[in-house]
Amino acid sequence: MVERDIMARVQAQFGERVLASYEFRGQCAVTVRPADLRAVLVWLRDDGEINADWLLDVGGVDYLGYPDDDDREWRYEVAYQVYSMAKNHRFRVKVAVPEGAESVPSVWDLWAVANWMEREVWDLYGIRFEGHPNLRRILCHDEFEGHALRKDYPINKRQKLSQPAENLLCDKVEWA
Amino acid sequence: MSDGTSVPPIPSELLTLNIGPAHPATHGTLRLQVQLDGETIVNTGCEIGYLHRGFEKQCETVYYQFVIPYAERLNYMGPVHNSNAWCFACEQFLGIEAPPRAQALRVITSEMARIIDHAVCIGTNLVDIGALTNFWYMYNYREKIYDLYEELCGARMMVNYPRIGGVSQDAPDGWFDKLLTTIGEMQEAVGDVQHLVERNRIFMDRTIGAGVITKELAISHAVTGPCLRAAGIPYDVRKAQPYWGYEKYQFDVPTAEGGDTYDRTIVRFQEMYESCKIIRQAVASIPGGAVMVEDHLVALPAKDKVYNTMEGLINHFKLIMHGIQPPKGELYSATEGGCGELGFYIVSDGSPKPWRVRIRPPCFANYSTFPKIIQGKMLADAIAALGSINIIAGELDR
Repeated sequence: MVERDIMARVQAQFGERVLASYEFRGQCAVTVRPADLRAVLVWLRDDGEINADWLLDVGGVDYLGYPDDDDREWRYEVAYQVYSMAKNHRFRVKVAVPEGAESVPSVWDLWAVANWMEREVWDLYGIRFEGHPNLRRILCHDEFEGHALRKDYPINKRQKLSQPAENLLCDKVEWA
Repeated sequence: MSDGTSVPPIPSELLTLNIGPAHPATHGTLRLQVQLDGETIVNTGCEIGYLHRGFEKQCETVYYQFVIPYAERLNYMGPVHNSNAWCFACEQFLGIEAPPRAQALRVITSEMARIIDHAVCIGTNLVDIGALTNFWYMYNYREKIYDLYEELCGARMMVNYPRIGGVSQDAPDGWFDKLLTTIGEMQEAVGDVQHLVERNRIFMDRTIGAGVITKELAISHAVTGPCLRAAGIPYDVRKAQPYWGYEKYQFDVPTAEGGDTYDRTIVRFQEMYESCKIIRQAVASIPGGAVMVEDHLVALPAKDKVYNTMEGLINHFKLIMHGIQPPKGELYSATEGGCGELGFYIVSDGSPKPWRVRIRPPCFANYSTFPKIIQGKMLADAIAALGSINIIAGELDR
């Protein structure tokens, strides 16, 4: 199935709950609210025609200062790249995250890879994932202040970081 | 036991042990914390980020074409594949296609990169479990492949060879013949190493059943590359969504069933043979023609045009000072790197600098399985499994 058809199916299924949809060079994406994210991803996984059972990537984007973009009501997006191995097609779901309410439901219980990837988005963008069991920084140091990939974080800013983390262990191995 | 000879377990305290960040078995800078009951691992914590260089942030501050050398520092075991993949992502974004000869050269250089990536992975993994000989066999031929890169473009490791819209230069005279000779020798060396380990009792005892990634775990963790294929899922981006004309070449996707360290090693051996096969076919069928698109908005003009014509000078100046200007949009581009699916998610605001570059590093997903696959195993199994996942800190931490 080409991505345009997947997008049409998602729009037909979710109607008004799809905030925006994009098409560029044959690739399509839909943007949804955080409250609808899990429903959309699960539906994409379970729909027989789409069957997108792989979550390949989770990555944040900060649109602060994006040119000619005054009607965007949210500052951040988190993009979920999904893939269907059986049908060999890809799709992208993005979740709109407004400034001041940087919170998205976690999908770590559906795809274990989201555990680390959501930790990375939290680390670099400061977007919280509700329900995540171990939402600690993953790339930056524990003492790091701010979130490095936000557009208002200066690229040449330096921080003094000293102490290595004492304990890396979690209560359950699934959380690690 | 019923015969009354069993000894009741001796109560013991758990020992917390740090491995790394500077430890020979971590091949870079990873830190592991394991909790041991005797020699059995009962809990694991991983800390990554020691090699975090802010790659994605840095990409936002430079023009698209200046990301090429940075990209090579992601997976530095097979560097040229990353820059090839970056240029390919930019070309998809611009809606252009590299000329057929450049695509074939990309296939050849990427497969060379895959061979040396696997060679280093197998070599160092075997060193970790006590087989040093193979390491020298593998590194010996890695040097010869570096010699070929050097002859192709002047650099050995970080070659900076591809360009957006093609490759920087054509292969010199006689290069393909040398390549075929080296590939033949490489294949023999791979065979030698394979025969040393494949039915080796010590190696088999150490690796069979160590660090098993099951199919279910692989799907849930989006494991790709040799680790996935060793678990029995024949997914390869080169086959599933071919690029650079991979659909023209005859090659197999090797798989195994067990998903353990042994299977991953064997799958890598077989992939090296397949890469040799692809290189031979690509050399035999290499098309003629240019290696760079003829589009003055993307490709730098030839030096004689820059020095002797006004248009050439202007085009050169515009490209260097103002960069390549793609349209607004966003795109995810995937290729098959040494460790698995290497993805670039690019968001553009229409300016010559990317608004956002998100790398999908294959190691990141692969390594996230690690605490689960060593749970309940011996510490020595963890070291064997760590090497066989082939973690490249450069792309893990970016």
